[in-house]
Amino acid sequence: MESTKAEISPPIKLKPKKRSRFTLKQQKYIFVYTCLLIPLLFFIVIRFLPTLYTFNIGFHEWDILSNDKPFVGMDNYVNLFHDEVFRKSLYNTMIYVVLGVIGQLICGLGIALLLQRINKFVGFFRAIYFIPYVTSIVAVSWVFKWILMNNGIVNDILLKLGFEAQLFLKSPDQAIYIIILTMIWQGLGFQMIIFLAGLENIPKMFYEAAEIDGANGWKKFIHITIPLLNPTIVFSAVIGSISFLQTFTQVQNMTLGGPLNSTKSVVLYIYELAFQHFEMGAASAATVILFLIILIITIFQMKFLTKKFEY
Amino acid sequence: MKRRNFTKKAIVYTLLILGSVIMLFPFIWMVSTSFKPPSEVYGLKLIADNPTFNNYRKIIEGTLFTKWFLNSFIVAVITTVSVALFDTLVGYIIAKFNFFGKQVIFLFILSSLMIPTEMLIIPWYLMSADLGWVDTYWGVMFPGVISAFGIFLMKQFMESIPDDLLDAARIDGMNEFSIFFKVAIPQVFPALSALCIFTFLGNWNAYLWPLIVIETAEMRTLPVGLAFFSGENQTYWELVMAGATIAVIPLIIVFLIFQRHIIKGITLTGLK
Repeated sequence: MESTKAEISPPIKLKPKKRSRFTLKQQKYIFVYTCLLIPLLFFIVIRFLPTLYTFNIGFHEWDILSNDKPFVGMDNYVNLFHDEVFRKSLYNTMIYVVLGVIGQLICGLGIALLLQRINKFVGFFRAIYFIPYVTSIVAVSWVFKWILMNNGIVNDILLKLGFEAQLFLKSPDQAIYIIILTMIWQGLGFQMIIFLAGLENIPKMFYEAAEIDGANGWKKFIHITIPLLNPTIVFSAVIGSISFLQTFTQVQNMTLGGPLNSTKSVVLYIYELAFQHFEMGAASAATVILFLIILIITIFQMKFLTKKFEY
Repeated sequence: MKRRNFTKKAIVYTLLILGSVIMLFPFIWMVSTSFKPPSEVYGLKLIADNPTFNNYRKIIEGTLFTKWFLNSFIVAVITTVSVALFDTLVGYIIAKFNFFGKQVIFLFILSSLMIPTEMLIIPWYLMSADLGWVDTYWGVMFPGVISAFGIFLMKQFMESIPDDLLDAARIDGMNEFSIFFKVAIPQVFPALSALCIFTFLGNWNAYLWPLIVIETAEMRTLPVGLAFFSGENQTYWELVMAGATIAVIPLIIVFLIFQRHIIKGITLTGLK
C-alpha cells in the first residue's frame, strides 16, 4: 500500500543536503579556476610562448640540421629585404590582397543586391553561391588546374568560340590573376552572407523617404546603401585582407609559386625557406614581418569598427 | 509599369542563373571527368560514351584514400568535441562569473587571435619534433583543440542567459558542473551547433599545419593526401578528379543538411 502511495505523489525530498566544506562563494571560485586551468595553460604553451620563440629564432641563424645556432641580430631581416624572391613574394601578396579583396567585395555585394530583389528561390541561389566556401581548397585547386590545362575544357571552349588558346597557369603574366579568381570564386559565398545581413539591417524607411523625394535606384544605392553599409564593408575588407595575406594552399597546389616566382606568396616563401631549405631563422623573421602587417590591419579594424555608426 | 518590373525581374534572374553556372561548373566538370575512362578524359563531352566507376575503384583499392578519409574524420571529430567542451566552458565562466583577473584573462585569450598560424608553425614543428608528436594524430590536432574565437563567440551567447535561472539551480542544490551542462548549454544550443560545424569543416579542410607535421603516407589527412596524390599522378586526371569528388561531396552534403545553422552562424559572428 505504501509503495503505491509513493508512486502517486512522489515525495518532495527534503532530506538534509550534504554540506560542502566550502561556502557557495568558495565553491564558485574553485569551479572557475579549475576550469580555466587547462585553457590558460593551452594559450600560454601553444600560442604565446611559441610567439616569443619565433621572435627569438628570427634573431639567429637557425639551421635545423646543425647544432650551432649563432645569434645574428637583425641580419635575417636585412637579408630578407635584399632577397629578390622575398620582395617579389611580398609584392605578389599585395596584389593578392588588393585585387582579391576588391573582387570579393564587388561580387559579394553584387550578388547580395540581386538576391534582395527576388522573392523566389532565394535559399536555392544562396546555397549554390555558398557551396564553394565549404569545400576543400586543395580539391578545388586541382579541379581548376584541370579545367585550365593547355588542353583543358576552358581552352577547348575558347577555341570553339574562335579565340586563341591561353597558357593560364603556365603564363607568368596570367597565373596570379587566375589564382586570385579561384580565391574570389571560393570565398564569395561568405562575403555574400555578410552583405545580406548588412543589407537587412538598413531600415526600410530610408528608402521610402528617398522614393518620396524622387530618388532613382542608383541614387538610393550611392546615398543610402553604401554609407549605411559602411561598417559591413570595413568588416568584410579586413577579414578578406587577412585571409588573402595568408594565401598558400591554392598557390602551392596550382603553381608551386611559379612560373618564375610570379605567383609566389609570402606564406609559400616562408614554407619553402623553413621546410625545404631548413633556414628556420630567416623563415621566422619573415613570419614576424607577416605578423606585423596583420597586426596593423587588426588595430585598424578595432579603431574603425568600435566607432558607433550614427544614422 | 508592370511590364518594366517584369523585365527587371527577368534580368535579375538571368544574372543569378549565369552566376550559378559559374559557381557550379567546376564541380560538374570534376564529377564528369571522374566517370570517364582514360581514353575519353580530354573530350568535351559532359557524359562519357562509356562512363565507368573504375577511377573510384582504382583510388580506393590502389591508394591509401580510405585511410586518409578516416584520418581526417578522426582529427575533425576529436577537435570538434574538444573545442565544443572547452570553448563553451570558458565562455560560460567569463560571461557568468565575477572573479579576480577576469578581464585580464579574457583580453589575454582574445589577443591570441592576432597571432597568425604562420608565425607559430616553426616553433610548433620544433616542439613536435622534440616531444615525438610528429606524424601522430595528437601532432595534427594539438594547435586546434581550443579556439579563442569560439570562446569569444560562446561568451557573447552565454551573456544572454538570465542570472536568476542559474541562481535558481544553485538554490536547488545543483553543483556548478551540472548547472553548466544541464542549464547553460541547452540555452546556447544554436550557437554551439554553429561553432561545431565550423570547427569540423575547418579541421577537415586544414592544410598548412598537417602538411608540415605529417611525414608518412599512412598518416596523411585527406587534403594532404590529395595534394601528394595529384602530384604523384600528374597525368591521371580522371583519378585526381575522382579523389577530389570524394573529398568534396561529403562537405556539400554536410552543408546542405546544416545550411541554416551555417548561414546563421556567419551572420551572428559577423555582426556581433
